[in-house]
Amino acid sequence: MVKTVESRQSIVIRFAGDSGDGMQLTGNRFTDASALFGNDVSTFPDYPAEIRAPAGTLPGVSGFQVNFSSLDIRTPGDAPDVLVAMNPAALKVNIKDLKRGGIVIVNKDTFTGPNLKKAGYDGNPLDDASLDNYQLHSIPITTLNSNAVRDIPDLNRAFINRSCNLFALGVTFWLFDRPIDSTVKWIEQKFKKFPAVVAQNLKALKTGFYYAETAEMFPSQYVVEPAKIQPGTYREITGNEATAIGLVAASLLADTQLFYGSYPITPASDVLHHLSKYKNYNVMTFQAEDEIAAVGVTIGAAYGGLIAATGTSGPGLALKGEALGLAVMTELPMVVVNVQRGGPSTGLPTKTEQSDLLQAFFGRNGECPMVIIAPKSPIDCFHAAIDAVRIAVKYMVPVLYLSDGYLANGMEPWCLPEIEDLPKIPVTHRTDPNEYFPYIRDTETLARPWAIPGTPGLEHRIGGLEKAEITGNVSYDPDNHQKMCLIRQEKIDRVANDIEDLEIRGAEEGDVLLLTWGGTYGACLSACLQLHEEGHSVGHAHLRWLNPFPKNLEAVLRKFKTVIVPELNLGQLNMLIRARFLIDTVPFNKVKGKPFMIAEVKEKVLEVLGGGK
Amino acid sequence: MTLTHSGRIPVLKKKDFESDQEVRWCPGCGDYAILAAFLKTLPTLGIPRENHAIISGIGCAARFPYYVNTYGFHTIHGRAPTIASGLKSANPDLTVWIITGDGDALSIGGNHLLHCLRRNMNVNILLFNNRIYGLTKGQYSPTSEKGKVTKSTPLGSIESPVNPLRFAMASEATFVARTMDSDLRHMSDTIRRAQRHKGVSFVEIMQNCIIFNNGTWKPVSEKKTRAETTVTLEQNKPLIFGQKLDKGLRLKGLGAEVVEFDPETPPSDLLVHDVASPSSLHAYMLTEFDYPEMPIPIGVFRQVERPTYEDSLHEQNRIAIENKGKGDLKSLLHGTNTWEVNADGEEIRNDAVDV
Repeated sequence: MVKTVESRQSIVIRFAGDSGDGMQLTGNRFTDASALFGNDVSTFPDYPAEIRAPAGTLPGVSGFQVNFSSLDIRTPGDAPDVLVAMNPAALKVNIKDLKRGGIVIVNKDTFTGPNLKKAGYDGNPLDDASLDNYQLHSIPITTLNSNAVRDIPDLNRAFINRSCNLFALGVTFWLFDRPIDSTVKWIEQKFKKFPAVVAQNLKALKTGFYYAETAEMFPSQYVVEPAKIQPGTYREITGNEATAIGLVAASLLADTQLFYGSYPITPASDVLHHLSKYKNYNVMTFQAEDEIAAVGVTIGAAYGGLIAATGTSGPGLALKGEALGLAVMTELPMVVVNVQRGGPSTGLPTKTEQSDLLQAFFGRNGECPMVIIAPKSPIDCFHAAIDAVRIAVKYMVPVLYLSDGYLANGMEPWCLPEIEDLPKIPVTHRTDPNEYFPYIRDTETLARPWAIPGTPGLEHRIGGLEKAEITGNVSYDPDNHQKMCLIRQEKIDRVANDIEDLEIRGAEEGDVLLLTWGGTYGACLSACLQLHEEGHSVGHAHLRWLNPFPKNLEAVLRKFKTVIVPELNLGQLNMLIRARFLIDTVPFNKVKGKPFMIAEVKEKVLEVLGGGK
Repeated sequence: MTLTHSGRIPVLKKKDFESDQEVRWCPGCGDYAILAAFLKTLPTLGIPRENHAIISGIGCAARFPYYVNTYGFHTIHGRAPTIASGLKSANPDLTVWIITGDGDALSIGGNHLLHCLRRNMNVNILLFNNRIYGLTKGQYSPTSEKGKVTKSTPLGSIESPVNPLRFAMASEATFVARTMDSDLRHMSDTIRRAQRHKGVSFVEIMQNCIIFNNGTWKPVSEKKTRAETTVTLEQNKPLIFGQKLDKGLRLKGLGAEVVEFDPETPPSDLLVHDVASPSSLHAYMLTEFDYPEMPIPIGVFRQVERPTYEDSLHEQNRIAIENKGKGDLKSLLHGTNTWEVNADGEEIRNDAVDV
């Protein structure tokens, strides 16, 4: 039989199963194969906070979504076209997101009494009419996998079902015409010490692939042509890895050792894990006893003259507040990475949110301004980390870096920058004792000298008490305090001289501007460009620097009749913009632990366009 | 500051270490004596002035760095060990001092103290123990005795105090000592020994707060009673005390007892002090001695060797660089898993497969 082949621009596939089913691995392999095939890809892992929630239950479902395309894409996609569900709970949790008419591939063997009950199904959804709106492919994966691998010599029979995920991956590889060689090589490398495991996984992968080809269950294969992508050297990268590499790159560009002090916290721990591997780049990592110690050792390392950074998530940032005040008061350069997650309190540790913006602005006692930068994509985490270090050492200030769970775990193919294009970061540790005072300032940046212990002739004392201008001695003088508060603010304001102007995409002026920050960039830019192409007067501007704002922000805002501020919080940037510019901006908010979908942003814009005129 | 004829090692005097800041502790505060002993000791250590960094938290003791002309950092409450640890990691050549008090170290900063000690950071911790909160004007502290009447405990404290030395011992400190503000020479000697110890050094200094807790150490700090109320620990010597050196300590079961004897013929079974005793039980037992039942031991309780945190930290990097070569920007960006896209849009896998 000759199979038909359908061509598509983009397909979104979601792998879902129990947290022990290996769905993250499956998704990563599919992504790798797609990237190597030449598609543009973007991914979104969505996993539970529990390491192993009870098997088969709804809270234990782990998912991994991949968008692969022949076009340039910016998000992991809205609604999936394809859902692979390894058990009833995975089906139950994810089916509501699937596009009408989409493909559902399930492991039929798991749809039995106890599993159905744990997922809250009264009957079997494979047998009733509930999936009639989808193309259901019900495959006995457990049985087929077991039959395929059971005769492998030295097979560990207790782990026989562990290759079901690779069987499912094989099915999708055939369905979407992906090459399997890179996954074969990966399996051979990954398990090279365990030949039986290699044999089992390869057998499962290939059996799945050939099963899909020969079982004639799919009416056609789908082809997503390679994207037209710029020539260059590529690698895949997640936001957290890009943050880590960015910090290391900054230390190399500054020719100064990197110190990273951190306490493990989801979803920031991976930055610590990555940096711990870069010891041959002379990176020093310090796993501290708690969040406060993590920022404390970082301040100590900055005082000692290193490129110093600490990393955490929202609850940890709250604990670091007092020490950050000390860093502001003593004007020491450092970077504070905050990978935001759902809050308040412990909140949603593995889910994304943008709700720490006001904490970043105001979460410290006293008048305590900090520079704030937020990367806009996994790749931008690399550049934003370098920018954060550059500003910190140039202005002698701590810089807050607001990533989020969506960026941290999302993966993109990265066209590596030319090394010559990365500007050096000048670092000067003062050595000249002539006319030295701890708080004399650079006239352009207002930076005080970075005079590090061990330097002869520059012995001095600093601390958290208010400083007298220039001498840095303790001062309770009322006029001095006012002056110093204003200077600390002025330092932040002057950073605006060093940051890029706000750029407008889509309509240059007109009806609606989408003003965004952080990880919502991709979805909102895509929404804007699609609407613009459809003939609507919609522009998009994205803030990478939140404090200070770019100088042209107000001018940009005033080019549009309405400014919509989409945020994964309850309106934090919106509040700041209204307060600063007295513009009647429209908030668009979502706090579900999930990123924006392009469609919902478009819908909001259309609602505003339709209602306003 | 003057240099020796060789020009290499500066010969420093006490006044080289005095800062231009006016000292602002209450008149009669024990901190003056500690500062004097410290300033007297620094020039004897043979360390250039710029290599000293004094880190403090919050409290009366924490003002200390302002009065010493070295690098100094008056940080935030309880966190001095963290800032000191970061600094020492950044530059192991520095001589780092942590100046703290009983509230700063054992209440708000208890966690950091524990971890700084167990990591064996090569820093010197001087804990000024006056058993009261002075800067906040007189509340009980974690070392205040049970029943202590203060502003916040008008009916007496209901909490059991923590013993700083036992805390340090339990935290695996490698140098544990006690001295007192009223004995300048002993203080100076103890500070010097603490600095010479390679590894974390923990020194409790029994200090008087003349305003809020005057006389808290009176029986042990007064010269006329000290011989009877304290026992000075000396390496490899029997534990003998008393005005006439007529009392000693002897093991009894798992504890010890005081025995009296003719000073001409001390008994042969007296407890002999060993700072490096294979078991820490010896030092633990000494920390339990309290007046009036037992004399309070003064001196170095324990001193053992263990690799320091910062040495191990730098060693791991050195070995990684030796094994893998020093990383550069190119190797950093490329990682282990790249592919090329050529001008025709073809993709070619590079390198090894990343697992």
